[in-house]
Amino acid sequence: MKIAVCMKQVPDSETKIVIKEGGKWIDDTGVNYIINPYDEFAIEEALRIQEKAGGEVIAVSLGPDRSINAIRTALAMGVHSGIHIKTSTMYIGLSAAKLLAEALKPLNADLILFGKQAIDDDNMQIGPMVAELLNLPAVTVVSKLTITHTGGTAEREIEGGKEIIEFSLPAVVTAQKGLNEPRYPSLKGMMMAKSKPITSLTPAEIVSGITIIGIEYPPKRQAGKIFTTGADAVPDVVRLLREEAKAV
Amino acid sequence: MSSNVAFFIEIRDGLIRNCSYEAVTAARTIAGELGGTPVGIALGNGFSDSLSAFGEYGIPEIITVDRPELTLYAPELYTAAFVHCVKRIAPAVIIMTATAMGKDLAPRAAARLNIELISDSISYKMNNGKIEAIKPIFAGKARITVTSQSSIQFVTMRPKAVSPAKSTAVSCQVLASDFDPASIAVRVRTKEVIKTGSGKADLTEADVIVSGGRGLQEPKNFGILEQLAETINAVVGASRAVVDAGWRPHSDQVGQTGKTVSPNLYIAIGISGAIQHLAGMSSSKCIVAVNKDPEASIFKIADYGIVGDLFAIVPKLNEEFKKLLASS
Repeated sequence: MKIAVCMKQVPDSETKIVIKEGGKWIDDTGVNYIINPYDEFAIEEALRIQEKAGGEVIAVSLGPDRSINAIRTALAMGVHSGIHIKTSTMYIGLSAAKLLAEALKPLNADLILFGKQAIDDDNMQIGPMVAELLNLPAVTVVSKLTITHTGGTAEREIEGGKEIIEFSLPAVVTAQKGLNEPRYPSLKGMMMAKSKPITSLTPAEIVSGITIIGIEYPPKRQAGKIFTTGADAVPDVVRLLREEAKAV
Repeated sequence: MSSNVAFFIEIRDGLIRNCSYEAVTAARTIAGELGGTPVGIALGNGFSDSLSAFGEYGIPEIITVDRPELTLYAPELYTAAFVHCVKRIAPAVIIMTATAMGKDLAPRAAARLNIELISDSISYKMNNGKIEAIKPIFAGKARITVTSQSSIQFVTMRPKAVSPAKSTAVSCQVLASDFDPASIAVRVRTKEVIKTGSGKADLTEADVIVSGGRGLQEPKNFGILEQLAETINAVVGASRAVVDAGWRPHSDQVGQTGKTVSPNLYIAIGISGAIQHLAGMSSSKCIVAVNKDPEASIFKIADYGIVGDLFAIVPKLNEEFKKLLASS
């Protein structure tokens, strides 16, 4: 089975977000970049499927030079080879999906895995967009997955319950937290990763259809009325919720 | 060039979901600014008779695909049906709510229409016919204002970002589209839907949430939160700590790696207020916190806080809310 896993390098979730002066994104000086956590579930799932079904797992990452580190980590986890789609800037939206689809198409993978969203832009678009561009079925936000050589069953969460989905291969799946427990790269894995092949692609840059015209911090919430009298404060709080906050 | 605004009416179990009234409100407002007509798109099975309610939202027309093949959500059928209806309406703008269905359908439809998608927007303003949408990034630690340069501006709104508002009533015409689902090869289908939980609203759509953390000490103590939730018609949420400990399911988790919620009232019980939790609930309209630690971070953002023993406070809250609601 040929499995492709797409991964994005994103700032660590602990990063203190500092807006770039006069810019349209964050200031990434000193930011620690990691593999998007949801993509780690995708990588782990790919490896588990490959360990059972045989075949190979290919890591694909779209981004500037530093994105190659995401691929190296995936290789250290056990992925067999990587493709780095090198771009001078960060792409989001349909243009990112187009660049990924172009690189994925010749692979003719049986299964393409993504994390459900990138924790920087929180867009949740790329997996299903790529599926559409490659004319593949997609199952998104998957918390449980079973794959055979011809198809699969997945569970995905919806409001008030879950859907049990059946699908045929080839297909795209996007991973939700809890799909699996991603492994840590072993020391042996890190050594072996050095000799695994990474192909570098430099596609022509395309114009993004999304324009970021501004960036700001969210409004700061202030502390309100804090009572230190324990249960005695309850009647006051309930009254305030009704009369002042009109919340109940 | 059209200035129509298409909006998505989400149907599940043959019923119109509340998020549809958020989408219609945004669509009608935008259509008003553009001088165009808001037109609904409804997909599913067995719902067409219940659409007249949209007349009260100022909607003159809804295009439907009401077919047995669409009983359960099927990405390929819904995408094809949705795009078919969009082409018929030829809108300048498409609005959908970013529910589980919306988040699956919108990207596919956008890619098929070769247009960008602005997803999970929390607010917007119009500027010369262009939507400037604000959306959170980095789990809400920042927000960007974005515009789409595509031929159709497609925006999904975060659930509860728009308050449904009726308008001058008009007569709403329901038109069945000629889209034929049988013409589409289906490679992914919903085999079944398993309902979990108490049948209450999903956290992302709840008006009132009572959330519990490690301060509750034991899983069974969530019982006191469930009682309070019952009294004030709330949905029970949980912090990551108690989900990781196996006390509550992941679907109850509020926070950066769980759900982002924006209820009118969020009551955090025994939750310290880690940044990752705040990321999920800081856009709640009103926040109440109960914690025995006066230094707990949650008190920095709570509108009302009570420092003390939650095991005494929560039952008292239940009692006082009961009194309040009985006297109203």
